[in-house]
Amino acid sequence: MAIPISYNLRNLFQRPVSTLTTMVGFGLTVMIFIGALALASGFKAALKKSGSPDNAIVVRKGADSEISSGLSREATDIIRGGPEVATTPDGHGLTSADVVVLTNQPRLGQPGYSNLTVRGIDPSSLALRDQVRITDGRMFAPGSDEIIVGRRIAPRFAHCALGDKMRFGPRDFTVVGHFEAAGSSFESEVWGDNAVLMPVFRGEVFESVTFRMKDPGRFEQVRKTLEADPRLGVDVHRESDWYTQQAGVLATVIGIMGFFITLIMAVGAVFGAMNTMFAAVGSRTREIAVLQILGFSPFSVMVSFMIESLFLALMGGALGCLMALPINGIVTSTTNFTSFSEVAFAFRITWVGIAIGLIFAAGMGLAGGFLPSLAAASRPLAKSVREL
Amino acid sequence: MNLLSLVFVNLFRNPLRTLLTMASIAVALFLFCALGGVLDTLGDAVKFGSESRLATRNAISLVFPMPLSYRDKIAAVPGIRRIAVQNWFGGRDPVNPHEFFAQFAVDPENFFPMYRNELKIVAGSPPQAEVALPADLDPKLAAFMAEQTGCVVNDELLRRMKWTLGQTIHLDGTIYPGSWPFTIRAVFHSATPSFGGNTMLFHFKYLEQNGMGGHGFAGVYKLELENPDHAADIARQVDALFENSSAATHTETERAFAAGFVSMYGNIPFVLRLIGLAVVFAILLVAANTMVMAVRERTSEVGVLKTLGFADGTVFTIVLLEAAVITLGGGILGSVGAKLLIDRSHFNAGGALPPMTVHWSSVRAGIVVAAVIGAASGLIPAWQSARLRIVDALRRVD
Repeated sequence: MAIPISYNLRNLFQRPVSTLTTMVGFGLTVMIFIGALALASGFKAALKKSGSPDNAIVVRKGADSEISSGLSREATDIIRGGPEVATTPDGHGLTSADVVVLTNQPRLGQPGYSNLTVRGIDPSSLALRDQVRITDGRMFAPGSDEIIVGRRIAPRFAHCALGDKMRFGPRDFTVVGHFEAAGSSFESEVWGDNAVLMPVFRGEVFESVTFRMKDPGRFEQVRKTLEADPRLGVDVHRESDWYTQQAGVLATVIGIMGFFITLIMAVGAVFGAMNTMFAAVGSRTREIAVLQILGFSPFSVMVSFMIESLFLALMGGALGCLMALPINGIVTSTTNFTSFSEVAFAFRITWVGIAIGLIFAAGMGLAGGFLPSLAAASRPLAKSVREL
Repeated sequence: MNLLSLVFVNLFRNPLRTLLTMASIAVALFLFCALGGVLDTLGDAVKFGSESRLATRNAISLVFPMPLSYRDKIAAVPGIRRIAVQNWFGGRDPVNPHEFFAQFAVDPENFFPMYRNELKIVAGSPPQAEVALPADLDPKLAAFMAEQTGCVVNDELLRRMKWTLGQTIHLDGTIYPGSWPFTIRAVFHSATPSFGGNTMLFHFKYLEQNGMGGHGFAGVYKLELENPDHAADIARQVDALFENSSAATHTETERAFAAGFVSMYGNIPFVLRLIGLAVVFAILLVAANTMVMAVRERTSEVGVLKTLGFADGTVFTIVLLEAAVITLGGGILGSVGAKLLIDRSHFNAGGALPPMTVHWSSVRAGIVVAAVIGAASGLIPAWQSARLRIVDALRRVD
């Protein structure tokens, strides 16, 4: 027969200080764990949202990021005129040949410089990226030296406020708007007209061509056709896959670091829990003896203490989730070493993350409670009774 | 019987608890020092650069190259002893596509003499034919100098990729398309892991002739100065040369250049510091919990001690010492362990960081943290037992 759970609950509140410190110990571990998951998933989400599965992106063969790519005007014309490119009702191709470059710009709020991505787009192709919306100011005028700045990166670099001038090479550009793009990595970029930006940077070179596919289901055929064209020398990726892959290295590094940090903290928290549970078992020798005399089996005693430890850990885990919640949505930024440019992204706490955090807490509770529970159950009854 | 033996008796009265607490403190300080190590490693990357060398890059950003014709124009600036070309290649080994390492095309006759103190050539293939080498070049580079597709590889990288001297490897270019063969003709050791570790060097001519379509471009020029005191002045002169050209330059000391890479990590160091703080707070709780438990079960003992004539101050000292032994013991174990383990592991987060080291200053910081935790966790129980009245202590039975 099982020992009532209320017995364990009441015991936990019998020693409030010790219960609380152990709980907070678990809580901090779970908080860091959820935080690391939120960091990795926020970063992945920012890049994933940049790409749409309906679009294809074309880069030079072998290029692993847009900055290491390069396409001639002839090549981009061939791609953009292809039969697989979707069109708007008025006959415009839904496609953009982008000029993508990095510029080294001073940071705001912390010392040093970092690489800011500048993307020159076809002004006529905004329909291709329908998640883009101007939040402040206005759109840049085609053919002018005006630029718009992503909402998330704007507070992080100098010269990004409306009306500021940003210098690229020999020319000054005026910031006329801020834009949002559903939290995607586009919000970490500066956009302008490709025709104006191109001569400022490399000359007649585009970095990528993106187009909406008439039939996204036929992506494989589209890819084979373009990659086989000897005039092009390109790789074709589904846009969503391309941006997911851009997250690769950094997301892995965050993952490894998070795992490493959490694992070590977990070991410490488990030791702390063992301490608390051993103390709980030690101070209740008499109670355990009484329970056994009443007919509870050693196994039920063990299960009962395990449940107590589990409760302690789950309460700590819940506390950790609560403590982690305020970081949700906080924007941070670092360099994505695949694209070599600054990406701002928000911590993103997911239900899956919270669930994993709680499971993790439960695991720590069971690990910390096992030995003390075993000790409680295997104590010879005669010995306990003699000490009464 | 002195105080210390009383403390030790108390420590061993519940050896398991003492051990668990010490272990959790050791583990937490290991983590604290490991996080400090990441910051140390990033800091080292900044310090590698020499103040006596300058780096010139395109003013827009590192990604843009400069015409090769700049080399002679820069070399003509008075006060520059030597100029070397360095160009990022960005290749990937198709055999190990997830192993990241740096490849630079350099002009060896200038580059290796410039970095003679940083890069030590430890092995080289025997030369096929007699080559006349410049006097300031290591003779072990003879085979490499004679072969345009030759390359020189860092010793750690060679071991990690399981390559051997004389082996031909193929890299897929991400910036310069195609499959590029390289033959490993020499191996070098980096005096500081933050420079040249995880790196392969090869002939700039090879890249220029096969990857640049006849137009010579350089990513970075490295300038060795005759007198480092003139660095700022020379940097200004170099940038003035190209101020109104299509590719304006930005020249800074090599140290500032390296610092630029570290500042690219953005908020990450701040996040690490924050985690370090959370870890410290978590162990403080564990230690405090232990001390409270340890003292609570000894209430009547404290009463006995006081009855025997121990002063309040002495009781206070005994409890505080006990906390100090536990936290300092665990702290020293964890901090020094982190130094020994991490320095030996050469952990580099899959190539994203230079190999990690933990400085002794971080270890010291860890031990200080442990001492503070010991004081903080022991203070309240110590104060409580010092304040305890004998009647209360002996009245309580449990």
